[in-house]
Amino acid sequence: MDNWRRNPLVFWFIGLPPTFWLLVFFLIPLGLIWVLSFGEKRGVVEIEITWVLDNYARALDPIYLQIFVKSLWMATATTLICLLVGFPVAFMITFAPARWKPLLLLLIILPFWTNLLIRTYALIAILRTRGYVNFTLEWFWDQSNWVLNLLGLGEMQLLGEKFQPLLLLYNNFAVVFGLVYVFLPFMVLPLYASLDRLDRSYIEASLDLGAGQLRSLFSIVVPLAKAGIFSGVVITFIPALGSFLTPDLLGGTDSLMIANVIERQFKSANDWPFGAALSFILMYATFFALALRAFLAKGSSAMEAG
Amino acid sequence: MHKSLGRRLSRRGFLAGTGAVAAGVTLAPKFSWGVEEPKLNFYNWDTYIGETTLDDFKGISGINVRMDLFADNDELFAKLKEGNPGYDLIVPTNDYVERMLLAKMLLPINRSLISNFKNIDPVFQDSTFDPGRKYTMPYMWGTQGIGYRKSAVKSVPDSWKVLFESDQYTGRIALLSESGTVLGTAMKYLGYSMNSTDPSQLKQAEELLIKQKPHIKVFAEDNGQDLLLSGEVDLTMEWNGDILQVMEEDDDISYVVPKEGGLLWQDCLCIPVGAPHPENAHKLINYILDAEAGAAIADFIYYATPNKAAKALLSADYTQNPAIFPGEQTLARCESAIYLGVENERIRDETWTRVTAA
Repeated sequence: MDNWRRNPLVFWFIGLPPTFWLLVFFLIPLGLIWVLSFGEKRGVVEIEITWVLDNYARALDPIYLQIFVKSLWMATATTLICLLVGFPVAFMITFAPARWKPLLLLLIILPFWTNLLIRTYALIAILRTRGYVNFTLEWFWDQSNWVLNLLGLGEMQLLGEKFQPLLLLYNNFAVVFGLVYVFLPFMVLPLYASLDRLDRSYIEASLDLGAGQLRSLFSIVVPLAKAGIFSGVVITFIPALGSFLTPDLLGGTDSLMIANVIERQFKSANDWPFGAALSFILMYATFFALALRAFLAKGSSAMEAG
Repeated sequence: MHKSLGRRLSRRGFLAGTGAVAAGVTLAPKFSWGVEEPKLNFYNWDTYIGETTLDDFKGISGINVRMDLFADNDELFAKLKEGNPGYDLIVPTNDYVERMLLAKMLLPINRSLISNFKNIDPVFQDSTFDPGRKYTMPYMWGTQGIGYRKSAVKSVPDSWKVLFESDQYTGRIALLSESGTVLGTAMKYLGYSMNSTDPSQLKQAEELLIKQKPHIKVFAEDNGQDLLLSGEVDLTMEWNGDILQVMEEDDDISYVVPKEGGLLWQDCLCIPVGAPHPENAHKLINYILDAEAGAAIADFIYYATPNKAAKALLSADYTQNPAIFPGEQTLARCESAIYLGVENERIRDETWTRVTAA
């Protein structure tokens, strides 16, 4: 669009609808919520905008900070696991035969075709006490016991008296598992994009010059894929931090995340000003993460240049 | 016999209900002259009306009822809070009736148009949340208690103790994830009022719940009945209607209102401010309070009706069902939630946050 000055009419014609959309359906509602965060609840429906900071002060209460920290933890764990799982997957797709690539990428995107709520319910059916994981384990348990009986060791009950199902659901493990499951594609796609552009000759050169596979991976591939790693981390971390459905449905009695508190303010607690303040604090934290990313990216490009 | 799908949102029911709305919309309107156009917009819970009630009503009055569904009181309240989008008749639960009255969101009901008011059980002819029944008519009522798997418990869990202060069923308990009712019921168990705003009593309830947390598996998002049905938990705090729904599917499930008493709820028929067809709304209210029509609704949705004349027409299967009508003594100890005001609601929400974050 370098010649937009020459064709301003075309520019406005193309640019106006999205600008209008962004303004009317994003910036104005967001502004309203921002204004609301400085309001005071006066009655069941009355909210007075008094420009006080009470809602923000309340959000800084240790209890909410504790939930923020917990949410940061969950989101960080999710992002790290996604990176550890996603990197080999993206790497594998990059080096797969060309005719397989579209199919493999399709498999990564496929889960998006099903609604998140339905996928989460499916996870419940898999993980619960009487779910498919435990059914499978129980089957193995039965078979092993049968073999033991055959060997005449049945009396000793080596595997315990009764099959003990694993408690996979309604705890923090389940929440992180669910988040990883949901956000893994967000990590794989940018990683794939950057790995696919990587010049293979660098890896060959590294191997030819005597570096091992691992050394080549960490000294050549990872640094070159840095941009993809950063993007993957950011677009996994941000939505993971704001998740509320997954902790709601898969979490146990202590799996509260900050977005659950926000959701409740807009629904059952009916305290929109406080909910608005919490949302904006979450948004500021997100901006901070993005700024950090930009800062780090700048640092790394400066390093490369130097 | 298709019965009692439950009032509160079950996802299965919700989808079925959406289909029903779509079918309802395509019905051709029957034209007849009146003071108001023969239309009525009814905003109701899912599967919470008789199978043919609205069609029968149309046959009698010529009024075409279009029914939309809401999933919970919060949704209903949020929808009407910024102005009525065109509903004539709504069905809020008692504590939300209070909020709506405070926010002046309801129109008074003209008693002279409700000749069937006499059918209502005298107990329900007045109410604490709407003194003199000026704005509401009772629709259905029920309780919150314990749903449990009969084969998994040693005896009937007829005290909140098994959920709130016992390690007997560690890891097999679900509580609701609702700040007001869980804290309220915990206070009820401790011998206080469910609606107490005394900070020390609330504190005791908070400590009780935090101490009990290791034994609780999950704070269920109103899906305790599913957890019970799938065998994930053996005891769950739930609405009676939700448990009735799974009792139909599994004979091993039962429901009890603990002896300390539980939450008593009542859904009301109300006309919101700004209703385009208030006269038609009065007509439908009156029709619902009719003995025959009321009996048909109660027989289909299987909730406790406050309509004495309708109840008299129904079988013992319904009237003697302890999950629908708890015993007199237990009922006397039950309490309705009342709206506690902005400040106290905020304190309850913060207390609940502390319980869930602990």
